[in-house]
Amino acid sequence: MIVGIAFLLIAALTIAGAVAAAVLRNLVHCALSLTVTFAGLALLYLQLDAQFAGFAQILVYIGAVAILVVFAILLTRGAGIPEYRGFSSGWLLGLVIAAATFALLAWAVIKSLPAQVATGAAPAATVQSIGAALMSSYVLPLEIVAVLLTVALIGAVIVAMPESTTPQSKAEDGGGR
Amino acid sequence: MSLTAKLDQIFVLLQHWISGFFPLWLQPAVGTILAVIAIVATFPGIFAVTTVLERKGLGRMQNRLGPNRVGPLGLLQPVADGIKSLTKEDIVPASADAVVHFLAPVVLVAAIFLGFAVLPVGRNMVLMNMDAGLLFFFAIGASTELSIFMAGWSSRNKYSLLGAMRAVAQMISYEVPLLLSSVVAVMMTGSLSTVKIVEAQSGFTGIFPHWYVFTPWGFAGFVLFVIAALAETNRSPFDLPEGESELVAGYFTEYSGFKFALFFLGEYLGMLSIAGFGITLFLGGWGAPFSFLGFVPSWGWFFVKLFGAIAFFIWLRGTLPRLRQDQLMNFAWKFMLPMTLLNLLVAGAWRFLGEGWSRWVVCSAVLLLAYVLLGRVLMRKQNLGPRSYRYAD
Repeated sequence: MIVGIAFLLIAALTIAGAVAAAVLRNLVHCALSLTVTFAGLALLYLQLDAQFAGFAQILVYIGAVAILVVFAILLTRGAGIPEYRGFSSGWLLGLVIAAATFALLAWAVIKSLPAQVATGAAPAATVQSIGAALMSSYVLPLEIVAVLLTVALIGAVIVAMPESTTPQSKAEDGGGR
Repeated sequence: MSLTAKLDQIFVLLQHWISGFFPLWLQPAVGTILAVIAIVATFPGIFAVTTVLERKGLGRMQNRLGPNRVGPLGLLQPVADGIKSLTKEDIVPASADAVVHFLAPVVLVAAIFLGFAVLPVGRNMVLMNMDAGLLFFFAIGASTELSIFMAGWSSRNKYSLLGAMRAVAQMISYEVPLLLSSVVAVMMTGSLSTVKIVEAQSGFTGIFPHWYVFTPWGFAGFVLFVIAALAETNRSPFDLPEGESELVAGYFTEYSGFKFALFFLGEYLGMLSIAGFGITLFLGGWGAPFSFLGFVPSWGWFFVKLFGAIAFFIWLRGTLPRLRQDQLMNFAWKFMLPMTLLNLLVAGAWRFLGEGWSRWVVCSAVLLLAYVLLGRVLMRKQNLGPRSYRYAD
């Protein structure tokens, strides 16, 4: 009963955040509404007793992704003036694509549901068991992700590095690079 | 139950006694509400005491008296401050984004209060003993950055926005070493639960405790944690986000009245909670510093350590000058990050070298060598000397 009400409240919060992110005119407001959606998703995970997933969602999405979005908005456009139209001209096409994507996902989810929903005790996924799984059976994907992130980090540093040799090399080959 | 044990558990017993007046099905809820009330009353109380201590302490270091007009020795100053901020007009700039401007301080204080939920204040005195308690604290801490951005952006003031950008960049940079430096304690305990981390440090060798700070990796981790915590809470010498000589007051320039007080409260509560977690991770939480001092209640030790940490923060604020932005970033990415990563390796080596004196020598030598070498290399590139000013000379 209480669990059902909590679920409805969290779901309403999540959807309201998502709708606001799509409809609001100010880009920073949109980003902040998206953060509400992230928080709602984290609460849903927590309601399912998935502590690690819930906290990781808060740490990564609210602590990093939302900040990244907000910084990108501030660094690329003027902060603030609501100059964006709520609906673009291709809204019909967007609607069709969204509906098709939703239908595909819904179909996939419904197909993958087991015939009998397990009603027994929820499997206990402690942080320790998640860590053990990551370090044993899923160690290869973990390492691949780690290498990918390191490559991205080094790439970002190289892109941002001031090119101290450029004026000299330009002078040598006549600036024709 | 003996008298010392009773004194140790006095607040737990009090909670059980009060919730005993309610019907059985209400008792868990009442117990939780009582614990929440205790947290919401205690830590702002400590905040009030801290403001007096800070102003008195800074005054002492700067050869002046500090507040001495309200009450005996100026001790009632926080009451006067509270009444003042409650009665002041709440000014919202005409061009400000009213909704976000209102939400920012509320979200900040609410998020910081949540962090206290997993802080073990004494034996059996934690609101939620979560399996992933430490992760919860860091997740909550990360979400305060967004409210600081909200405050700076919604004020439509260049100083606010600059202060917010500085604060967010600094907090993101120092969050990495903060997390990594606390991972060593988790590695040694084998759990993210704050209660288990404290319990793992509760033994004694002779009269000396098994605190993590008394090991090479623990000491390095503790120093790195304190530096990152100072930066994370925007305390001096990392107080660029509100550098008053450059940015008026940083991201809360356009706040007045009680909203300003909320930011002030949030900042100090953040300091208290992060100091509390430093104590939990490295300084044995509520454990006694010597085995023969076990008769003092566990919560007493926690608050003694907390006030020690506050005194240290005040001392630093009165002593150190403010860093420059480039120094701040260089320090985070070129010194803190390599040292925390190395410390993780050292902690692993400590675990697998086995008992004996050899691991003490190896781990200390590696950390000391890395500290000296890294410091030398980084300092070589600095041009230290009289500073020249472009327009003032």
